This record gives sequence, C-alpha cells and structure tokens, in this order.
Amino acid sequence: MNKFKFTGLGILAVVIVGLVLALPTLVQLLTPYDLPEGWIGPKNEVKLGLDLQGGMHLILQVETEKALSSSLDRIAADLKTQMIAKRIRYAKVERTAEGVRVVLRDAGDETKLADLVKADYPTLAEPTTSDEQGAVALAFAIKPADAKKVKEAAVTQALETIRNRIDQLGVSEPSIITEGTDRINIQLPGVTDPARAKKLIGETAVLEFKLVDEEHSQADAIKGDIPPGSYIAYMKEGHEPMLLKQETLLTGDMLDDARVNIGSNNQPYIAISFNSQGGRIFERVTGDNIGKRLAILLDGRIYSAPVIKDRIGGGKAVIEGRFSDEEARDLAIVLRAGSLPAPIVILEERTVGPSLGKDSINKGLLAVGIGGLLVIIFMAAYYRASGLLANLALVLNLIFIFGVMAAFHAVLTLPGIAGIVLTIGMAVDGNIIIFERMREEIRLGRSPKMVVEAGYKNSFWSVFDANITTLIAGAVLFQFGTGPVRGFAVTLCVGIVTTLFTVLVMCKWIMEWLVNNNKIERFSI
Amino acid sequence: MFEIVKPGFFFDFMKVKWYAITFSIILLLIGLTSIAVKGFSYGIDFSGGTVIQVKFTHSVKTDEVRKALKTIGLQNERIQSVGQPQDNEFLIRTAKSEDSMKGLSETIKGTLEGYFGEKNVQIRRIDMVGGAVSKDITQKGYLSLFYASIGILIYIWLRFDFRYSVGAIAATLHDVFVVLGIFSLLGKDMDLTVVAAFLTLMGYTLNDTVVIFDRIRENVKKQTSSNFDLASVMSASVSQTLSRTVLTAVTVFVVALVLFLFGGEVIHNFALVTLLGTIVGCYSTIFIASPVVLFMSKEKAKA
Repeated sequence: MNKFKFTGLGILAVVIVGLVLALPTLVQLLTPYDLPEGWIGPKNEVKLGLDLQGGMHLILQVETEKALSSSLDRIAADLKTQMIAKRIRYAKVERTAEGVRVVLRDAGDETKLADLVKADYPTLAEPTTSDEQGAVALAFAIKPADAKKVKEAAVTQALETIRNRIDQLGVSEPSIITEGTDRINIQLPGVTDPARAKKLIGETAVLEFKLVDEEHSQADAIKGDIPPGSYIAYMKEGHEPMLLKQETLLTGDMLDDARVNIGSNNQPYIAISFNSQGGRIFERVTGDNIGKRLAILLDGRIYSAPVIKDRIGGGKAVIEGRFSDEEARDLAIVLRAGSLPAPIVILEERTVGPSLGKDSINKGLLAVGIGGLLVIIFMAAYYRASGLLANLALVLNLIFIFGVMAAFHAVLTLPGIAGIVLTIGMAVDGNIIIFERMREEIRLGRSPKMVVEAGYKNSFWSVFDANITTLIAGAVLFQFGTGPVRGFAVTLCVGIVTTLFTVLVMCKWIMEWLVNNNKIERFSI
Repeated sequence: MFEIVKPGFFFDFMKVKWYAITFSIILLLIGLTSIAVKGFSYGIDFSGGTVIQVKFTHSVKTDEVRKALKTIGLQNERIQSVGQPQDNEFLIRTAKSEDSMKGLSETIKGTLEGYFGEKNVQIRRIDMVGGAVSKDITQKGYLSLFYASIGILIYIWLRFDFRYSVGAIAATLHDVFVVLGIFSLLGKDMDLTVVAAFLTLMGYTLNDTVVIFDRIRENVKKQTSSNFDLASVMSASVSQTLSRTVLTAVTVFVVALVLFLFGGEVIHNFALVTLLGTIVGCYSTIFIASPVVLFMSKEKAKA
C-alpha cells in the first residue's frame, strides 16, 4: 500500500471517530430523541455550561481571620481556667490582635505562667514581657505557622460542611472546589431556588446551649448594668432581649442527627440527638440545673428557652420555634451537615434561570444554523464544485468540534457557541486562500495536477501562520478566562485545530485523489 | 468563474498610503480623545455590582420598574429594556453588590413581585460581582491582553523578520485602538466577553495581515534584480491577495452579523467588537500593514 492510500485511510479513520464521538451531542442538541437502544459507541455528550443549562455559580470567601480570632478566644478562656487550677493569680486576661495577654497580680508567677503555656499551648510563641502599672504583663502571640494552619483548616472544614449541605440539597453534579487561599468556587447546575441554596450554604449554623441568667435582674442588664459572665441575646421571633450566661454548655459539634417532626399543633419542630459524649454532657447539665431555663441558640439568636423539668438521659432534645416547613427542613440539613468554622461572604454570584438557558441554546443554534447556511451558499455560489468540497470540510469541521469537546469533557457555553459561529466564518478562509491560489495557477495554464500541487504548496504556510496567531490568542484566553469566556477559548482553539485538519489534510487529499485519478480535466472553481 | 476581483487587477495601494494613514490618524485621534475624555463604561465584571435580568408577563414600562425599585432605595440605577419590545424584558443594574447588602437580588425580586404581582415576574439571570473579584477579573483582563500580544509578537518574530513584525503589530494595534475608540464613543459596556472579543480580533486581524506578508515575501524572492521597487511589489502583492482578503472579510462579517442579530443580549457587545473588527481589520491589512513595512525598509536603506 502506498503512502497516499495510507493517508487516505488515516483520514477516513479520523472522520469516523469524529462522527461517532459527536453523535451523542448532535442527538441531544438537535433532536428531541435519546440515543437509540443498543448504541455501542461513546455515550458522553458535550457538557453544557451553567449559562446554557441554567444554574448557579458562586465564589465564596471564608473569613479566616474570624476563625483565627475565635480560636484565640477559646485559648484565652481555657487559659483562665488553667491558671485558676494552677493557682496563678491574674488581674486580667485580654485578647490582642495576634494572641493573648495576661496581666499577673504577682510578679513571681511569671515563670510559672510561661511554663504552663509552653507545656499546654504549643501554638503560642515565647511571651514578651512588659510592665503595666507596676504589674507584670505577658503577651503570647500565636506562631505564624500555626495561625496559617488554623486558617487553612477553616477553609477545609468550610468546604467539607458546604459539600455536606449541598449533597442534601439534591443537586446533580455539583462542583465545589477551593480557589486561592480562602475562596471556594461552587457550581450548582439546575438549581431552581437560588435564594434557598444561598441561605443553606451561607448559614454559619453554630448551635449552642446556654443557661438563662435568672440570678440577676434582666431589667437592669438592659439598662446597661450587665453582670460579669453574662450577656444579652435576642429571641429569633420578636427580638425580645434575654440575659444569658456566657458559658456555653454544649454545642452542635456533638450532634449525631437532626430530623424534622410535626408537633401536636401541626407545628414542625426539630428533634436532635447527641452523640454519646454529647448525651452524657446533656444529661449532667440538665440534671444539675433542674428548674432553670436552658436557652437554645443558633448563630447567636435564641430559638427557645424551655424550663428544665427533669434530668434528660438518652441524648435527645427538641428545638422549637415558629418554623415554616421549609425553614425546619433546611435547619435540620445545616445541623446535620455541621457548622461553618467561620462566616462566609459571597464574592461573586452568577445565576441563570433554566428558561434563559434554553433561550440561549436556541439563539446560539439559530446563529450557527443561519451563519453556516449563508457561508455554505456563498462558497457554493462562488467556487461551484470546489465550494462544495469546502462546504463538506466545514460541516465535518463543526461535527469534529463537538466530537473533540465531548471526548475531552469540555464545557459548551454561550460564548462558546459564538466561538463556533466565528469558526464557521474563519474556517473557510483556509480554503479561500488555497482556491484563490489555484485559480492563479489555472490562469497560468498549468495542468490540474500542477494546479493542486502548487496551490497547496504555496498556501500551506499562509494558512498555517494565519491560524496559529488566532490559536495563541485563544490559548491565552483559556489560561486567563473564567467560566463562559473559557468556553469561548475552548471552541476557538478546538475549531482552529479541526480547521487545519479539514483544510490542509482532508481537502488536500481529496483534491489530490481527484487529479491523480484523472477525474478532473477542467476545474470547477 | 465568479470573480469579485478581476485577474490581473493592479492598484497602486502604496500610492494612496498617505490618505489612508491620515484617515487612520483622524480615526485614532477621535477614538483616543473619547477614551481620554469619556473613558469606558465598565460592566460589572470590572466595576463590581449586580445585574438582574427580569421578564414580565405583560407590558411594563421602564418608569414603572424604576418606581417599584425606588421603594427599596434603589435610585439612579440603570434600567434598560432588552430584546424585542413584546418580550417585556429588562436589565436592572446597580453598583451595589452583596458585599454591602445581604440578599440584594432577593430583595429586588420580592419588591418587583410585590409591585407587579408574584406570577408576573420572572428572574432570568442574576450576576453579582463583588469588589475583590472584580479587581481580580480586571487584572486577569489586562494580563491576558499583555500575554496575547507578547505571544503573537514572538511568533511573528520567528516567522518574519523585524520589519514585518513591526508592520503586523502596527496594524493590530491600529485595529484594537480604533475599535476601542468606537466602543468608548458608543458607550458600550466593557466586560470579560468583550476582552475575549478583542483578543480574537487581534488574532483575526493578524491572520489577515500574515497572508499578505507571505505573498510579499514570495514576490520579493522572485525578483531578479537587486534594486527592485519594493513599493510596487507590495502593491502587486496586495492586489493579488485582494480577492481573498475581501472574501474572508465577507464570510467573517456575515457570521459576526448573524451573531449580532440573533445571538441575544449576553453576547451583543462581543458580536459588535467582532463586527467592527472585520471591517477595520480588512482595511488595515490593505492600507496600513504594508506601508509600515515600507517605511521600515526605507529607514534601513538610509542607514
């Protein structure tokens, strides 16, 4: 078998593979039918971007500074109890920007405190000592590496929590990935209620149990005389103030499950069950505080504050509040999924409704259709039979674009469709360059064989160079573009590669075959 | 045979170079003045903010939408009708993003539903870009233009000698700035898809130029005497490739026009840049790229 035939077979193989790869996509986009039963070829079609299938794209930022800050809060609170246990007397413990500062009553305790911190708080660095009105003050800063670790852990945990919540929302094929140091990129195809999804993702969902401070006057506290160790929180409904003890007895970390139940008055409530450790703590807390009121807070707001009637074993409790059905359901989801380690803010949101997506697909396909048809008519009218060859190349080119995109799991977006439309216009350029050249050669009176040979030889680099410049622009765009624009870069680049193949390899081979076999005496060009 | 340019056609393009250059300079001056004075209208990708596309089931006037939004303190916001009048579709744009106002899109949705009736309002698209992200996007936009220019420059440098590179880049920059100027004059929104269109324009206009340069090189090689007239070789080359230049411009123009007319709101500005790009690109290929190479060659000859 000679080289020419071999090339021909190679081209045929590429064409068949391209057709087979593109078929699922073409069936999906152009017909209302599914692939026929028993189709043994690849089944994956080109994935549609969020702008075409509808859905939601979010970029969130985890406020890692706040995660660090609350971690330092916990250290400060813990240190206080430790100092009391170790009989280190302190005047005050305060939070600084990067750590904890302790003012001692007795200068003699300085080494004792330094040793305690060194032994029990490995994340804190060596203290800097200063003098405060005669007393010794020690400032412990968190080590930079540990601060970084806390922040990273916050992002990882936030990602995990959000993933859990979205899993329960029932979105098919969600994508949740970190971006940079503290950002999370979320893609939710086909979300129908963006407001609900956002609320579900954004809720910090810190569940806390605290005792109501009934030893002090709540009225005085509201006037500003707040007793130490207590603070004022507000009810979720009605915003009534209530004086609570600052100490958190139990948190949502120890939850095992949360379910929505319907109460006797048809009001939904949430039944929670603690894990074994949480259950023990809950039993002790309720046993020690019979007759007192226990406030249940979510994200700092009081949902209810029932009176503890008895010691509660078995680790079960209920959260009541005037919930709507959906509110109760979502609350149960966030409680099950766990709390966010730090608040998050939405940096970017792009939501496309399904109807607009459908419109965009239709408009895009219409543009591809009209654009394609006009170019095909033009080429056929201008170059006659050769124009038909160029048109065959154009149609195969379009099919290849879909085939390559399906094979590489590339995403088709609206700008991506625009890229395909532009490719239609630019792809014929290769054949125009070649055909014009061939016309010149014909005018010089060359034989058909010579015309083809000279035509392709003299225009190869022009066609190649011309396409490479656009490919460079496309590659840069792919690197820097996001979402839909990246989809444009994809179709543009893929389109150039398929154009080079159809024009410089396929059409050339067909032309050569035609003249080699003496099928042509006069060119129709 | 169907021919838009007759065989043997020759026009001394280099002779009219001064008219072309004068025309281009005037065009560039108008554009640059507009960019300097008026600047660009930036889309939310670059400026941050929120765009909401909303569709009503019945005929609604822009003023009514404005009035409804006034109730939540949104004033001086841009409200623009899109698509066909019978679509009753609007774009509402505000500089606020949810950085500063939690749940802004929900508030707007609720307000419109309250004013026009819940069943009559359909939110079709929400785009919100916060300050931090828009800064990133802007940076990426500049970087992509920068790297694309560098990449193309290197390629041209590898394939052609220095004089041609300068010519190709001059023509490309000419096209980019002319279209930027028109964009500024028309007050169209700059966003990420528009930047993508400009990058494509760079690729396309170079493509156009490269083909003529290839022909000039080929014709120069064919010259037997060493002191041939480069200007007439250039004019001949431009003349010989003129039919291709025009034909390609026509096909690309046609598809860009189709995109502009049928592509819908989201890629309207993208299509506009491409449309303008084909016209300007075709012009600069013929009238600007080669004269620059000619000047460079004369400078070289003098030295």
